[in-house]
Amino acid sequence: MTQLPLYQQLLDSCAALLLLLSFAMLSQRRVVTLVNLYAVQGAVLAAATLLLAWRTGEGHLYLSAVLTLALKVAFLPWLLHRLIRRLEIYWDTESQLNVSGTMLVGLVIVVFAFALAQPITRLASTATRSAVGIAVSVVLLAFLMMITRRKAMSQVVGFLSMENGVLFGAMSASYGMPMVVELGVALDVLVAVLVLGVFFFQIRERFESLDLHHLEALKEHE
Amino acid sequence: MALLLLLVLPVLGAAVLGVVGAARRAPEINAAFSLATFLAACVLTAGVIRHGSLLLGAEQFFIDPFNVFLVALTAFVGLTTALFSRPYMRVELEHGRLTAGRLRLYHSMYQLFMFTMLLALTTNNMGLMWVAMEGATLSTVLLVTLYRTPGSLEAGWKYFILCGVGIAQALFGTILLYVAAGKVLGAQGMTALLWTHLDAVKGQLEPTVLALAFVFLLIGYGTKVGLVPLHSWLPDAHAEGPTPISAVLSGLLLNVALYAVVRSKVLVEGSLHSELPSMMLMGFGLLSVVLASLLLWRQRDIKRLFAYSSIEHMGIATFAFGMGGPIANFAALLHMTVHSLTKSSIFFTAGHAAQKAGTQLMERIRGLITLSPTVGWGLMLGSLAILGVPPFGVFTSEFLILTTAMRTQPWAAPILLAALAVAFAGIFSKVQPMVFGETSGRRLAHPPALLPVFAHLALVLLLGLYIPPYLADWYRAAAHLIGGP
Repeated sequence: MTQLPLYQQLLDSCAALLLLLSFAMLSQRRVVTLVNLYAVQGAVLAAATLLLAWRTGEGHLYLSAVLTLALKVAFLPWLLHRLIRRLEIYWDTESQLNVSGTMLVGLVIVVFAFALAQPITRLASTATRSAVGIAVSVVLLAFLMMITRRKAMSQVVGFLSMENGVLFGAMSASYGMPMVVELGVALDVLVAVLVLGVFFFQIRERFESLDLHHLEALKEHE
Repeated sequence: MALLLLLVLPVLGAAVLGVVGAARRAPEINAAFSLATFLAACVLTAGVIRHGSLLLGAEQFFIDPFNVFLVALTAFVGLTTALFSRPYMRVELEHGRLTAGRLRLYHSMYQLFMFTMLLALTTNNMGLMWVAMEGATLSTVLLVTLYRTPGSLEAGWKYFILCGVGIAQALFGTILLYVAAGKVLGAQGMTALLWTHLDAVKGQLEPTVLALAFVFLLIGYGTKVGLVPLHSWLPDAHAEGPTPISAVLSGLLLNVALYAVVRSKVLVEGSLHSELPSMMLMGFGLLSVVLASLLLWRQRDIKRLFAYSSIEHMGIATFAFGMGGPIANFAALLHMTVHSLTKSSIFFTAGHAAQKAGTQLMERIRGLITLSPTVGWGLMLGSLAILGVPPFGVFTSEFLILTTAMRTQPWAAPILLAALAVAFAGIFSKVQPMVFGETSGRRLAHPPALLPVFAHLALVLLLGLYIPPYLADWYRAAAHLIGGP
């Protein structure tokens, strides 16, 4: 067996860390910790991007890393923490599925994701193509989190983590997207979180809680 | 130049209305910006008709007969909806359902929403198209929750999360497309997401990856089209938001999302040489038609009723695009046009009717024809038009789709026909007592704007009786671009 070059080992560890973080988020009930985990996920993503930028000499990857760092490690977690403090939501309620059940489903999802990523891995010519499976896993695990959680805040973190997964997929399969698109995506995410902030206050003002079971009345009209 | 104006005017409008959107004359300013945008769209359309497809702005923008027709339609309905919303929003303000600040938000976001849709239509970059589609969701979320009722908050939340998740799938699909294209067009190429370049090399793109990409793109953009089973945000968002927003969501946003699906389909079909994309579109389309026509029966809210009808009609158009070929594509494009015009005019009258009755519950809206003959007749004629009664344009497009289905997909034709009959009975039995019967309403301070209603219905009637040759050529050119078996 040949020894992998150092940068490759580092990149693979980053990918593994991302997967681990996804599982950690899946099992975490404390909203504050959830946001911290999201920030760490952003940091790992930024580190991987930086490593790749240094390795390939792609200028736009440096920019993308800086963007990730500013937006997903600094600004968004700060904003979410502020929302948590203002709205006093610290714990998520029991999710639809207990922790061990969720973990088992998560494992099945990872196997499925790697199967799904097979044709992409074969096609991609990047050094990081083996990580595509992990990127798909991160996306699907975030999806699982959104389905099983009841609190609005956890769903939002799930949504943001899904977007991280998609970006990591773009990076490992094709060294990122064209700059215009990446900027546009970052802008959309930023606006989405700002809109959500406004939205949270509206929900709160109306129901005095951010539990989503208040938001299930319309089904009964059918 | 016209393109630049088309995109800059709504942004400028959003900025101006963000400042003065609560002023007494703000509705007129809103309408004026919409009119200017519409004029720019007309100039652009005339240019494309005269000179053919255009590639502008360092290849980032691409106008061909397919999207220019949607640009013209979008700008037109944007204008008429702005005219409709003038008296409508004033009445809402006087009934105390809104505050001045929210009216400012409404006007500003309305223009921003128009901008995102026009950008999604005109851009050549699949990535930018994604950004614009997500922007369209974000600019309307706060409009759906404009009334801040529990119902509207629920609708807004559902809309945000479902479309957000959907659009994340579409982003993944776009990335897969980029990976596959990078192989052929050179990695790192800025051109690898440009639709025209992708279209040129579609035969060489790796089929398995493209098939995977199409699944993600269809799920992503299909959520916004309102295809069953991804539709559950749609009736809520239509029913709980202000009526002008229901009209543009139903009449325009669904079209733009379907446009994104069809653009993806053209690429994937060229690479796959298989039935997969067609079958998927037909399957989703048919499922939407059948389920929506059944769910229609259970609705009690007038706007929810017509929201389900939108799902049904989007299903018909999706099915037709799935069949492909010149006639089915032609019919699908015509169907998108007439559905958009008819459905927005129905929402206009339904909005006025609900204001007069003071409720959206259909059992309490009665006797519109005695209270206000024009609103009553508008709703009746609009409903008949959307149900495909000749001589309205919807009849023409549905007839073309059905006859093509009988020829190429005989198994689907009876299902389609049965679903249309079920929908007919469902809607007609609910609209009839609302229009006729004992009245229960009140007079409103501002006379309703019925010009848009009858302008739309007249156009739909015209398209049913006679399609002008240049318009037919135009549809044919667009249908040819979409291709198919």
